[in-house]
Amino acid sequence: MHNDKFISKSEIGIFIFALVLPFIFDFSPYIQGLLIFVMLWVVLGTSWNLLAGYTGQVSFGHAAFFGIGAYAAGVPFFLFKVSPWWGLLFGGITAVILGYLLGIVVFRLRGPYFALGTLAAAEILRIAFGQEEWLTNGHNGILYITTWVSKYPYYFIILAIAAGTILTVKVVMRRREGYYFLSIREDEDAASAIGINASKYKNISMGLSSFWAGMAGAFYFIYMGFIDPETVFALHNISIISILVGIIGGVGTIWGPAIGAIIMVLLQETFRSAFFGFAPQWVSGMHAFVFGLLVIFVILYLPGGVVGDWDLIKKKLHLKRKSEMKK
Amino acid sequence: MEMFLQSLISGLLVGGLYAIIGLGMSLIMGVLKIINLAHGQLMMVAMYVSWSAWNYLGIDPYLSVVLSVPFTFYLAKFLSKYLLNPLIEKDSILPENQVLMTVGIGMVLVELARFLFTSDYRSVQTSYTGQAWDLGGVSISIPLLIAFIVSLLLTAGLFYLLMKTDLGRSIRATAQDRLAASLMGVSAEKITVLTYGIGSALIAAAGTFFLPIFYLYPDVGPEFTAKAFVITILGGLGSTVGAITGGIVLALAETFGATYLSSGYRDAYGLVIFLLVLVFLPGGLKSLTKV
Repeated sequence: MHNDKFISKSEIGIFIFALVLPFIFDFSPYIQGLLIFVMLWVVLGTSWNLLAGYTGQVSFGHAAFFGIGAYAAGVPFFLFKVSPWWGLLFGGITAVILGYLLGIVVFRLRGPYFALGTLAAAEILRIAFGQEEWLTNGHNGILYITTWVSKYPYYFIILAIAAGTILTVKVVMRRREGYYFLSIREDEDAASAIGINASKYKNISMGLSSFWAGMAGAFYFIYMGFIDPETVFALHNISIISILVGIIGGVGTIWGPAIGAIIMVLLQETFRSAFFGFAPQWVSGMHAFVFGLLVIFVILYLPGGVVGDWDLIKKKLHLKRKSEMKK
Repeated sequence: MEMFLQSLISGLLVGGLYAIIGLGMSLIMGVLKIINLAHGQLMMVAMYVSWSAWNYLGIDPYLSVVLSVPFTFYLAKFLSKYLLNPLIEKDSILPENQVLMTVGIGMVLVELARFLFTSDYRSVQTSYTGQAWDLGGVSISIPLLIAFIVSLLLTAGLFYLLMKTDLGRSIRATAQDRLAASLMGVSAEKITVLTYGIGSALIAAAGTFFLPIFYLYPDVGPEFTAKAFVITILGGLGSTVGAITGGIVLALAETFGATYLSSGYRDAYGLVIFLLVLVFLPGGLKSLTKV
């Protein structure tokens, strides 16, 4: 399932391209913001994919890790005026601890019940963080004046986090653990029967996945300067979109969620800005609608996602070109 | 004491409504073996149908049931026939593909509603809105009481359908063993489509009767989807009686929790119960009563 070389030349090329991208073009702050959001979704989608796509534990509550990471940066700032930058240290670790505690409950469940269990856990956290005002300032959220006005430094930080996430998946999927993850996804009972400690490896997968989601959350607070429970623990805007990014790009592929993130942000922004002002204004209300249609289309016709079914897409396009040539 | 009685009565009345939401979900979960995450969104569609009927045509929300229920029924049948059923044969990495499809469907429905009706909060004003019946300090909301009675009738109707008719037997057979049912001459595919339709029609009825009680906006659905799966798991999969007890237990937990503990956590009580039931009582209340 992977080339012999650990990191291919094209992958190094992509990374260098992403690294020098801001130096080649003089992007407006709007485009810079979009690039940061693409990277943020690369992290969330990829971390969801490790747990769901590779280990088969389809989480509907990834917002729990994102949110706890954001609050790991936010709460010390709110209570003790500790710099939110410490969040890049605390965020991931707090999310791993939460992941372990959640795992005690949700790893007893399978399939759809696991999905519902994680969804319920994230929702409970959302409500609790809205209520415990002494800790989180409740629905008023936590506000902090961001360190830099320029968006460039943030881009490189989130790029580093995204690279770390993808690298983690690549490393772990080459190791023994990765093959254990796949065997658990394919048949948990069979995996246990041949002596794989399923609950241990599910916890490892959860730990790695939640770590990067937590880092993304901490970054979100540092970058945006504002969090409240409804945004960072959002069921739809975080948990569900993480899943859809993975589905569109391709579950169980290294680059799938990254491609999914690019497609999602590009599509949404194209519509939100009404084709950059070229289309009538009402089009801007359709951005989530079109994305929903794309999800339905991908599940129906490309169950492996854009990356997973790339050969199929190529074949279809190729056939089309051939038939056009015959005409 | 009055506060206790008031909580008890509103809990029971709301529980009746929750029961029909849960019934639809339980039916769909039993036959299709999926969590229908578009459940609340289909209810939202039915509510907008009724609201439009009231707003543009002046039809009383209770009468517009004859519009909203068939509309949702056929919409759901269409969705399951062309979007959910084809996935059964599709090979994919994650077995949850149908669940994810319902997420996509729900998203499209919400955004379509937002596009057509904007995000404004809507409500219907009728002569009975806000009317209550005073029983010595304990008040009973009239719309809630009507909705409760209707939900009892619907539950009885569904119970009869499932237990006494050929269609009901086919549905139960498909739920128990899809392959065996097909071998006995039941068209499992047709039953699947029909079940999704019936389950959605039930929640459409619930939505219409909710309309005089709750505000309506495009994002009203997810909250009810969450309640529906809590009720289903609490009561036990595929159990009519379980859905009713699950609905009432959830509503009582919410009202008593809101009255005596903290009203901010109202929506969390159900989810906590849900996790506890999943872990400690996986069969739901059904496994205690054997009904």
